[in-house]
Amino acid sequence: MASAEVYPASEPARWTYLDRVRTRPGPFTNPDIFSGEAVAAAMEAMKILVIGAGGLGCELLKNLALSGFKDIHVIDMDTIDISNLNRQFLFREADVGKSKAEVAARFVEKRVKGVKITPHNCKIQDFDEDFYMQFQLVICGLDSIEARRWINATLINMVDEDVEDSYKPLIDGGTEGFKGQARVIFPTVTSCIECQLDMHAPRAAVPLCTLASIPRQPEHCVEWAHIIAWDQEKPFPQLDKDDPEHITWLFQKALLRANEFNIPGVTYSLTQGVVKNIIPAIAATNSVIAAACCNEALKIASNCAPFLGLPDDNYMMYSGNDSIYTYTFRHDKKDDCPVCGQLARDLPGVDRAWTLRDLVDSFAALPEAQLKKPSVRAEGKTLYMQSPASLEAQTRPNLDKTLVELGLEDGQEIGVTDPAFATVIFKFRLKFKQ
Amino acid sequence: MTEIIMSQTPPILHGPSEKERKYDRQLRLWAASGQAALESANILLVNSGAGTVGAETLKNLVLPGIGRFAIYDETRVSEADLGVNFFLDDSCLGQSRSQSLTKLIVELNPDVQGTGYPNEDAKTLESLLAGSPVFTAIMYTHPIRPDQLSQLEAYGQQHRTPLVAIHSAGFYSSFQINLPGAFPIVDTHPDETATTDLRLLTPWPELVAFAEELTKNIDSLDNFEHGHLPYVVILLHYLQQWKAAHDGKYPATYKEKTELRKVVQSAARTNNPEGGEENFDEAAAAVLKTLVPPSLPSGLKEVFEHEQTDPVSLHRSGFWLIADAVKQFYERHQCLPLPGKLPDMKAQSKVYIQLQGIYKAKARRDAAEILQIVQTAPGGEHVDPAEVDLFCKNAAFVKLINASGGAGSSDARISRADRLKSAAALEFANDETAALTLAPLSLLPIYLALQATAHVGTTSTSTSNDSSSSSSSSSSADEILATIAEQVPGAEKHERVVQAAHEVARAAGGELHNVAALTGGMVAQEMIKIVTKQYIPVDNTCVYDGIGGRCQVLRL
Repeated sequence: MASAEVYPASEPARWTYLDRVRTRPGPFTNPDIFSGEAVAAAMEAMKILVIGAGGLGCELLKNLALSGFKDIHVIDMDTIDISNLNRQFLFREADVGKSKAEVAARFVEKRVKGVKITPHNCKIQDFDEDFYMQFQLVICGLDSIEARRWINATLINMVDEDVEDSYKPLIDGGTEGFKGQARVIFPTVTSCIECQLDMHAPRAAVPLCTLASIPRQPEHCVEWAHIIAWDQEKPFPQLDKDDPEHITWLFQKALLRANEFNIPGVTYSLTQGVVKNIIPAIAATNSVIAAACCNEALKIASNCAPFLGLPDDNYMMYSGNDSIYTYTFRHDKKDDCPVCGQLARDLPGVDRAWTLRDLVDSFAALPEAQLKKPSVRAEGKTLYMQSPASLEAQTRPNLDKTLVELGLEDGQEIGVTDPAFATVIFKFRLKFKQ
Repeated sequence: MTEIIMSQTPPILHGPSEKERKYDRQLRLWAASGQAALESANILLVNSGAGTVGAETLKNLVLPGIGRFAIYDETRVSEADLGVNFFLDDSCLGQSRSQSLTKLIVELNPDVQGTGYPNEDAKTLESLLAGSPVFTAIMYTHPIRPDQLSQLEAYGQQHRTPLVAIHSAGFYSSFQINLPGAFPIVDTHPDETATTDLRLLTPWPELVAFAEELTKNIDSLDNFEHGHLPYVVILLHYLQQWKAAHDGKYPATYKEKTELRKVVQSAARTNNPEGGEENFDEAAAAVLKTLVPPSLPSGLKEVFEHEQTDPVSLHRSGFWLIADAVKQFYERHQCLPLPGKLPDMKAQSKVYIQLQGIYKAKARRDAAEILQIVQTAPGGEHVDPAEVDLFCKNAAFVKLINASGGAGSSDARISRADRLKSAAALEFANDETAALTLAPLSLLPIYLALQATAHVGTTSTSTSNDSSSSSSSSSSADEILATIAEQVPGAEKHERVVQAAHEVARAAGGELHNVAALTGGMVAQEMIKIVTKQYIPVDNTCVYDGIGGRCQVLRL
């Protein structure tokens, strides 16, 4: 098997290690879908989209350039901050304040001869389906669940059963400290990000009454300063979480409150961590997860070895806290997925005594929903709309009516939309608490 | 009071330093103590073979700010390097690979010093090892020349330096950590949820008195006070009642505990506007989790027993003195020192802070008792009380890595060969039943196939080897299987071993960048754990399969 012929790329000497593996079949290669002769040219012609040029994104761009891809686009709206430099290795101190996408693209182009990287210094939502249609593969290195859900819904929406090229495989990585995950999604065919949403449940919010009257933890003091004191005193016109002066103000407010209640542990670092919801991040973990994603990209693009996603395992969990542990498994597609499924998803724990406002407010914290600005419809009737303002005003009185008053029953199907996911109608079935 | 607050208020814009800002995201993982350890580390990479996995590992150590590194690499940069190694570019062609790598890696972080060898100061590995300050840890990549490996192993034994062997080929990789002896870790960073230790079945007088005071008129408390009793106090109250009704015994069985839970649940007031009480919900939820009699966790037990089997330890560091004291404490009190951390729970601020103070005071008393035991032991007067505190806080999660290693290392090589054979027997037996147990198949075949090429292509002693080994210097699948047959007779007949051999032969000693980068990330995590003595390192071998997308850790 290993004696099979190597089919070199356009620069044979340079890509000798890669070509040995990607253009020759191994013992696990599926001969029905593998053509060694075609691999190098096919990969060079492919267009790959990377979303995020941060900790994972820098690694993704390097890895793809050294995997034989030649035409890569990258989207990131952020600028470089000093706290990025401990892991985002394409950036230097002199780059602080510049566009991540632009600096990263330029660096990799310069280092790896022959690769073209097109930076987009903007939001993913700024592009339409025509833009996303040009790529053969999308790889995400994001820190926001919302952006992941948006691109997931967009790619699934683009699927046209009659057009083979409309299926864009989505590879997604994420890290936190020494842990991370890599997953592969074939839109409408395998479990999608929305199917897996409950694996990334939002952190439980501290009740407002705890913050307002009975704080016990340093975090409660910081949240009090952030949510209550700031609004009361408005020391600056707009809170800028990246402005040290603003964080210092919150820190001092939190410290005063902590002293009042004898609560130890409020520091500047804690204040910043709570206010910005900082997730610890290191180069080593980004390296593991981004490489796992790009390894799947190489296998999908070349068919030189079986890849994650189809037909079995599609999700790899990685943890380096206690020894090294990986769990690679198949996450099953959900029939009641609001994005790729056909059925309405059960919404448990709804109280029949709730007002519509209670229901609307509950969507943000529910692991299965996580919607911050939901609009609600039932049986073709609009119950509450967030926008436009006129419709909001018209439907606002409904917020104070109970579900029963609005004619909603146990088992009732409702449709929920959210401006963050413009193309999706989330279908839920109300399950009343007994 | 106002004065005190004012004096504690820092001046405007007293923010973090430049360095704290740069390293903020990692300081949240290993704190200033871990960072200081990294910054005083001096790491050697002996880079052989295709040479990317070493560079990727180093990148992940330079970015977080290790003190200094040295690269020893005898090869010159070839065209093939440029297709796999990000820290080399066209201008490096024909140059020394170590010098070129050093130049492009050191620019990642101006705080880090790096040197490439061979150079004018040290022309051979031998002279580098002899002439350098002691290395904190050494990493080397396969395939490596046997004579150089012997030099590194001798150095590791002499200086008690951890050695990490790394091998990446095609879709496969593995690395092995060789620690110089038993390696204890105190700051293991267990999951927050696992660390709650409330001692509700062994409360001390101050805690009992506090709970009794708050609950003596529990039924006549107003709704606000009743609804804000900390769940710890609620449970202590109903446990006292239970004891009084059950011959002074605590609920021990699952059935008894669920009965107690029912008692707690039914004690919640429901005639209030909320229709229930959150603190009683918390108390009910905590019954099964927290009402456990104290026991000795396996990790600490191993530490205690390790001392017994190895009394003449040459390395009676603070750790072992403290461990000995904790053991005496445990024998004296039948419980570990109290960690003293109180989880958040529904309560009034003042009551919670008082309760927190009771736990902290007890933790301080326990730590003081242990410090006293330490200080009476020979050498104990030099032990840092902060180290005692840390041990007491983490006692239940202290872990010993490589517990059986170190001692009698003269026959380590023989026992390692035997260990591989017995590990192989076990792994192959497990695979027989894997279909039934739903366990993933062993990755040992990958290790065997990689190990069979650990020195391939290195027999030439020329110092100007071109790094792109020609096909004649790599092994065929049959050659790999023949080497495996020597190491683990019979293994070469297993189908999965044959497949792994073919897969390794396909790469012919070449690296895939992704697999090298992934492996470099894992090894860097391990190096950070070893240098900072935080989190728990791999014991001792990790194998990665880039086709199935998973890892396995084996002790070999």
